Amino acid sequence: MIERTPVLNLMTHLILGLGLAIILVPVWLAIVAATLTLQEVNTAPVELWPGDQFWPNLKEAWAQSDFGPKFVNSFIVAVGVVVGKVTLACITAFALVFFDFRGRMLIFWAIFITLMLPLEVRIVPTYAVAANALSPFQTILDATGISWLLNTLSGIEVSLEWNLLNSYTGLILPLVATATGTFLYRQFFLTIPDELVEAARMDGAGPLRFLWDVLIPLSKTNIAALATIMFVYAWNQYLWPLLVITDRANYGMVVVQLSDLVPDQLTTGGGTPTWHLAMAATLVVMLPPIAVVIFMQRWFVRGLINTDK
Amino acid sequence: MAEIAIRNVAKTYGKTRIMEGVNLTIRNGEFVVILGPSGCGKSTLLRLIAGLEEITAGEIAIAGQVVNDLEPRERGCAMVFQNYALYPHMTVAENIGYALKVAGVPKAERQARIAATAASVGLGDFLDRRPGQLSGGQRQRVAMARAIIREPKVFLFDEPLSNLDAKLRVQMRHEIRRIHTRIKATSIFVTHDQHEGMTLADRLVVMNKGTIEQVGTPDEIYDRPASLYVAGFIGSPAMSFLPGRVDAGRQALMLESGAALPLPRALAQAAAGRLVQAGLRPETLSLTAPGKGQIDARVDFVEELGAERLYHLMVEDLPLSVLSSEKVRPAEGAPIGVSVPLGALHLFDADTGRRIEPQAAETPVAVTA
Repeated sequence: MIERTPVLNLMTHLILGLGLAIILVPVWLAIVAATLTLQEVNTAPVELWPGDQFWPNLKEAWAQSDFGPKFVNSFIVAVGVVVGKVTLACITAFALVFFDFRGRMLIFWAIFITLMLPLEVRIVPTYAVAANALSPFQTILDATGISWLLNTLSGIEVSLEWNLLNSYTGLILPLVATATGTFLYRQFFLTIPDELVEAARMDGAGPLRFLWDVLIPLSKTNIAALATIMFVYAWNQYLWPLLVITDRANYGMVVVQLSDLVPDQLTTGGGTPTWHLAMAATLVVMLPPIAVVIFMQRWFVRGLINTDK
Repeated sequence: MAEIAIRNVAKTYGKTRIMEGVNLTIRNGEFVVILGPSGCGKSTLLRLIAGLEEITAGEIAIAGQVVNDLEPRERGCAMVFQNYALYPHMTVAENIGYALKVAGVPKAERQARIAATAASVGLGDFLDRRPGQLSGGQRQRVAMARAIIREPKVFLFDEPLSNLDAKLRVQMRHEIRRIHTRIKATSIFVTHDQHEGMTLADRLVVMNKGTIEQVGTPDEIYDRPASLYVAGFIGSPAMSFLPGRVDAGRQALMLESGAALPLPRALAQAAAGRLVQAGLRPETLSLTAPGKGQIDARVDFVEELGAERLYHLMVEDLPLSVLSSEKVRPAEGAPIGVSVPLGALHLFDADTGRRIEPQAAETPVAVTA
């Protein structure tokens, strides 16, 4: 819609400006708070201009939360989730779009429906599986009477166990299996003309060759978009790491550590709230996702627009 | 180079029959054009030969080997697609050489062959471009080069020229013919454009509703169409049809409008007493003064074609076209005569639509004059 309406234009810009302010003011306050001393941050009215205490604050927060190894952990998990998801979603969508097999639509809908079941909704069963990744198989064996049969025949009691708690695997795997990526790829793959598939077949390329030589180069922007979204998603995970990781010293992630810095009755024991430390840490923890978004922005936007075709 | 034998091939999608009882033998090195309107199954037949779709019944053999269960790459066919189907992310050189890359041809040899093939279709200067930066004609050349470089036994073309503008189409037509004479691979070319078919083909295959109507050289098909369908489809401007009954005694076709058109004796005997559709090619007829020709008609309108004019006439309520280089421009609705030379009539059985051939030499020569 293209119209010449100066008044409306002004209005839309005002609304945009207002929205921007609503987003930026808290960020600004966080930056200001991160640069003040404990006394300054707790004086009323709120200070609006930054002080010079950022580095001391950051140092103290960093040491207090042991951020060094935690950043490494967060990176391992975020990259693991991104790689896992980009790969898994790609081959799933590849199978769903380019192969004709029985129950194809059923499988697609089964995957699609999990969009409605985010991790938070199925957290208890997911935890149970993470506690013993083989428990579903154990249940099947028990229910079908196979374990009973084995027990009576050979005296061996079947008890499968594979504990994923307190491990990178446990942190990563449940976050990898979601439908968003599969859906994104599927919609893109559907736009690939049949003739291109046939041309590749005539050229003698088998399915994997076609995937590697044609589909993946063509879906670069989609991969970038998915990777960006998933990196931010994995980086910001809070509930799941909080549950599966009890050994925080070795496997803690930065976002969970950050929450410990936020002053409440527990951390300060009724003392003066240390907002300056919490805000300094917040700024650092925010950086990697922001950097990824800025770095990938060009690709990312193109990837999302392409899927609308 | 290979002979292709298609025996009793049928294709069904679910319960819909697309094709039935198709038999066709294509000789080694022959250029065959499959012609038909959209939806007649011509593209399906090509895809069955290529192996892009499975045949439901029957058998296809290439160079004597039954290929029913072979993958496309094992059949030795190369295909040029209607929308070119170039890989958008690869350069022209990569597009042309992809089949060789898949086949594991060493890089040095591959590049030499790419350069040679590209040069032969006039793409030497474009090797580093991407398909998106090329014009339609250039993309078409890339698609052809991609097929040529594999040195296939069989060349398949699926309406490759239909996305080009008229001038370029004629030019590419010559080029395809030129390439064929050079590499001599058995070629099958699918099109709905009869000019393309007529100019390119060694033999034409006319298809209709999933069956083959007629196979023959272009002039055989033009001169002796086997059915009403082929007669109406081949030839431009199209043939006109007038219904009538053959009177063997008078050696004439009695039109429903009352006119009598003389027939060659053998033809009149072959069709004696039958209800027929008479096919008249516009270019064989000529105009005369009203009442002077065998058919009396009225002028409906006149189409100017430059060198000639196409006169659309009405015989009572049936259309009849005459192509003539005379520069007369009769008024609309004016009466006019049409003269029909002996032997210009094609007769088709009114019920079956099949061509009625004159009874040849076995008919004893006439007793009386």
